[in-house]
Amino acid sequence: MNLIKLLDTICPDTKSAEDRDRFYSRRDAFRQFGDFGKKVALAAVPLSILNSIPHVAKADTASLIGVLNYALTLEHLEYRYYQMGLDSGVIEAPDRVIFQKIRDHELAHVRFLQEVIGNVLNGTPVAEPGFDFTAGGNFTPFSDYPTFLALSQAFEDTGVRAYKGQAANVKESDVVLTAALSIHSVEARHASMVRRLRTKKGLDTVKGWITNGSIGSLPAATTAIYAGEENLSHGGVNVANLTGIDAAAVSEGWDEPLDMNQVLGIASLFLAN
Amino acid sequence: MINLKHTKMKNELIKPQGLVKNANRRQFLRMGTMTVAGAGLLLIGCNNDDDMVPAMPGMVSLGTGDIGILNYAYALEQLEAAFYAEVIKGSYFANASAEEKTIMGDLEKHERAHREFFKAALGTNAIGALEVDFSSIDFSSRTSVLGAAKTFEDLGVAAYNGAGQFLESADLLLIAGKIVSVEARHAAAIRDLINPGSADFAGDDIIDSNGLERTLNFTQVLTAASTYVKTEIDFSQLPS
Repeated sequence: MNLIKLLDTICPDTKSAEDRDRFYSRRDAFRQFGDFGKKVALAAVPLSILNSIPHVAKADTASLIGVLNYALTLEHLEYRYYQMGLDSGVIEAPDRVIFQKIRDHELAHVRFLQEVIGNVLNGTPVAEPGFDFTAGGNFTPFSDYPTFLALSQAFEDTGVRAYKGQAANVKESDVVLTAALSIHSVEARHASMVRRLRTKKGLDTVKGWITNGSIGSLPAATTAIYAGEENLSHGGVNVANLTGIDAAAVSEGWDEPLDMNQVLGIASLFLAN
Repeated sequence: MINLKHTKMKNELIKPQGLVKNANRRQFLRMGTMTVAGAGLLLIGCNNDDDMVPAMPGMVSLGTGDIGILNYAYALEQLEAAFYAEVIKGSYFANASAEEKTIMGDLEKHERAHREFFKAALGTNAIGALEVDFSSIDFSSRTSVLGAAKTFEDLGVAAYNGAGQFLESADLLLIAGKIVSVEARHAAAIRDLINPGSADFAGDDIIDSNGLERTLNFTQVLTAASTYVKTEIDFSQLPS
């Protein structure tokens, strides 16, 4: 993650020459700081430097903050879900290593997004919402392991589609786009692992990749999460027709996006009233 | 900067000596060869034909701009598709478990579909078929096949993640995004076959403390791929 490049994509939205000077001098100071190592961990960045950047309320920046806060909301959901799962004891002992790793990634994503939103873009990171993972008493993920796994799969596959759907909305910032892509593929790795774990346990027949728009043995409430995944056409090319490869396999080879409203519709099932 | 990214693969990736020669060759080719207008499918409207450099025999040039990035992806998908085509003909596959047969069979189809998609999307701008070299892989050995599959899948993810920022077209960015997450699904599955039930599916070797997967640039990716590709790939005109 190259914060220098990120700062370069942001312009101070201020008419004050003093503010502008301060912004650029801070950016230069930051640039020097960055010379010590290309991969500066965000946690290691002195907040005094970042906090001094003036308002960056440019339309682009406001839009980036909006997208990243949306991502942060989803990461809050995922992190809280895995933390509660690990705390509850519902996860079978040999599988804990898997969910500890996933939990660690989701927590890292939460902190990373908070840092970028709050201290790089000078926005306000959204607070963690209250969650109801029973979805109004319909699920018991923290006392029933198959349910825990089912919702985990649902969240990860949703996360993949959510990030994919925002790629175009952050493409004006190379660094934010690259960071989003780098989270996106981690979510896809999680999804693949959880899907295959469910099948290994005889709970489903799903593979690591999504076949057609199938929900497998997940509850019907997850239909919206997989709707559209059966798509075979990309850029106007029907790949099944082009190649003669069966539609199921072609559908598996491309994951599909969801837009913000679709994802928030899914996530809202798990928000506490 | 661009000149430093020139092209000699294998062990001579960065070789300032070769630059002058290459520039001359390019000019020569530009004068002596008529470039072919792009007629790819739908997504690629117009491109800078003037900048397209015809390849020398035994060498391919990825080209410029979005077409260059698509050719880059096409090259990687060619490599992956060729690999799995060999896998399913080999004795590891013949004797593999049902689960591993399903996975390898799926991956062969997915990568072939990706390859054919890019070829069609690029139309006349597509690079030719790469000559691959899998002599370092033992297709009768599970360890060797899975190790190579892990290399290819992880490399593919890092390549797409690194290249996304250079795409101008939002439509192409979305398509790349649709493919990269499937490559990541593959990578996680292969890693789990190698070390089942562990955290390796998303290991610390490829994911940093911010939870971000590694990205690799063109030079890193093509250097890694060069072990398996005989064809010389000129990526000097890719965006930077």
